Amino acid sequence: MRKTLNVNVKHLTRVEGHGNIRIKIRNGRLIEARWEVVETPRFFEVILKGKKWDNAPWITGRICGICSTGHTLASIRAVENAFGIVPDENTKRFRLLLKHMETLQSHTLHLCFLVLPDFMNAGSVFPLINSHRDVVIRAARIKKLANDLCDLIGGRSIHPPRLVVGGFTKLPDRRELQPFLQQLEQIEEDLMVFVELFRGFEIPDFVRETEFVSLKGEGEYPFIGGDLISSDGVHMKEQDYKKMTNEYVVEHSTSKWCRLSRESFAVGALARLNNNFEFLHPVAKDIARSFGLIPVTHNPFMNNIAQLVECVHVVRDSIRLLNEILDSEWKEQRQKVEPRSGVGVGAVEVPRGILYHCYEFDDKGRIVMADCVIPTGQNHANIQHDLEALAEEYATRGKCDSEIEVLASMLVRAYDPCISCSVH
Amino acid sequence: MDGEVRTYLGVPLYRPKVAFFEFTSCEGCQLQILNNEVNLLDFFSLIEVVNFREVMTERSDDYEIAFVEGSITTDNEIKRLKRIRRQAKMLIAFGSCACFGGVNQLKNRFRDLDYVKREVYGEHPVESKKVRAIDEIVDVDLRIYGCPVRKEEVEKIVLHIALGKSLTVPKYPVCVECKANENICLFDLGEPCLGPITRAGCNAWCPTNRAGCWGCRGPAEDVNMEEMLRIMKGHGFSEETIMDRLECFGGFSPVKIPEESIR
Repeated sequence: MRKTLNVNVKHLTRVEGHGNIRIKIRNGRLIEARWEVVETPRFFEVILKGKKWDNAPWITGRICGICSTGHTLASIRAVENAFGIVPDENTKRFRLLLKHMETLQSHTLHLCFLVLPDFMNAGSVFPLINSHRDVVIRAARIKKLANDLCDLIGGRSIHPPRLVVGGFTKLPDRRELQPFLQQLEQIEEDLMVFVELFRGFEIPDFVRETEFVSLKGEGEYPFIGGDLISSDGVHMKEQDYKKMTNEYVVEHSTSKWCRLSRESFAVGALARLNNNFEFLHPVAKDIARSFGLIPVTHNPFMNNIAQLVECVHVVRDSIRLLNEILDSEWKEQRQKVEPRSGVGVGAVEVPRGILYHCYEFDDKGRIVMADCVIPTGQNHANIQHDLEALAEEYATRGKCDSEIEVLASMLVRAYDPCISCSVH
Repeated sequence: MDGEVRTYLGVPLYRPKVAFFEFTSCEGCQLQILNNEVNLLDFFSLIEVVNFREVMTERSDDYEIAFVEGSITTDNEIKRLKRIRRQAKMLIAFGSCACFGGVNQLKNRFRDLDYVKREVYGEHPVESKKVRAIDEIVDVDLRIYGCPVRKEEVEKIVLHIALGKSLTVPKYPVCVECKANENICLFDLGEPCLGPITRAGCNAWCPTNRAGCWGCRGPAEDVNMEEMLRIMKGHGFSEETIMDRLECFGGFSPVKIPEESIR
């Protein structure tokens, strides 16, 4: 092992939010490897206290700028579960299609704008605009399609105004939706360019065994609601999410951490894929296999590839959903909401992993208690333990400070952390 | 692209060095910068981005325009913001959090901020002061409103800066844009809406999607609040519903903090 080593990254770049990496090795011994979350909290759970139910999706969607649709959906599900509202089939289809497009835009943003520069020796996507214009244009095209469909269904890709408890304020008509079928069918060509591009990259061969937590698929790859499972064999009901997350406060972090069967667990695309591989679309499944990505994969860097696989899956599934929608009749439906006292939980697989919203209401529908458990919050402990193992392993392999700094940054980036979100 | 002098109708385009910074926020407004992909490459050819932590590792403090997203909640943020102000020729408050405190300022309605902290962190010490808008700490040259900001509006403003043209922000309310979009009035659909008093410029984004306005862009000029309240009450909306909307983004009730608490 190298005798001394210092890595000090303040405000890691190309991630959402503020986090620091510190690694110190002295006399060949790991003194510290630390993932510090220094994001400033916003106190959403307290902000909601005393507010009426209709404020919840509107305000909590603003926890996150990238996955605001996911937050809005989790919030709506929690309110609907508390009030005993069951969404109709078409509402479910539109919500899932919207969810898929958020997954596509978020994964594309992460892979093509934030991760890609690491593999192409660039500091950002900006120099790639000149050196690899075709790649950037393709990435922009995928992102555009996803955002356009989000705009159409949700009314806006960030903080979607059409999404409400009981349904939608407004839905697109057939004429508006129809062209997206062809666009979705064509976008796979662009996605396959990225599949081949990533195939040429050397993914760091780092493995640390951990536990993976996600929703449990029932006949299909899970996104909105259902039971909770872990790769260590834990199985729970959605409403028992607290036993699945076990949040606790730690020093040097404004985000809470989580644990389950071990010292840490992971959520996100890799966890979803590890736990629900059988439900992937066959084309996505083949791509996963071609990267050696089969359950249970314990290399955190493979989360990037899992996201890529999910991009293909959600595009294929969106084509199915859109066909189903176009084959049906839909009217702009919004169920009447009758508030009642009670507790509701909503679990949704957002791009970075499983997200929980939980509210308790009084009989007027005012929020007595609110709790949001964020994917990145669940990943922090796993990032920390990965960082320690990575520092020791690569120091033993004789890598220098700057190489370890790059690898440690890439490791954290692979989780696609949404740090503001985790602190909320 | 670099070094090449570009012109528009024979007028040389000025390509400013731009930095993006974020404080207490969701970073959604910065993400808007990467949206509207159709114009993305053209947009980035208008400006030279030299600092944008969320998407780039290269960092330079040699910038002329600073886009500042988020509200201010810690002493360290105050220090960073003042440093940005010293460098930037033009400081832009970017989005509702920067302009008014945004949804974050809802925390300020609790008089006991220790209670707010205890509710989330127990006895674990966490620094979080009252939420403040950017202009409560430093001078602001330009405000881009919205939660989130509208990319088209950002593009227009950046283009005007590149061309050296003057900027005007609508003084009329969202209601005007909503009418121009030929929407059915939200009041007639039984929805509360702050469109009659909120500053336009978003092209009635929410009302056009049949969701009542929550006032994220703050007040238009010459707001008739009495009439607003009369309309809302006339349509049967409770004071609680009206207050929920008026206080949501902080634009209608900016909380001013005494100067002595700013270090």
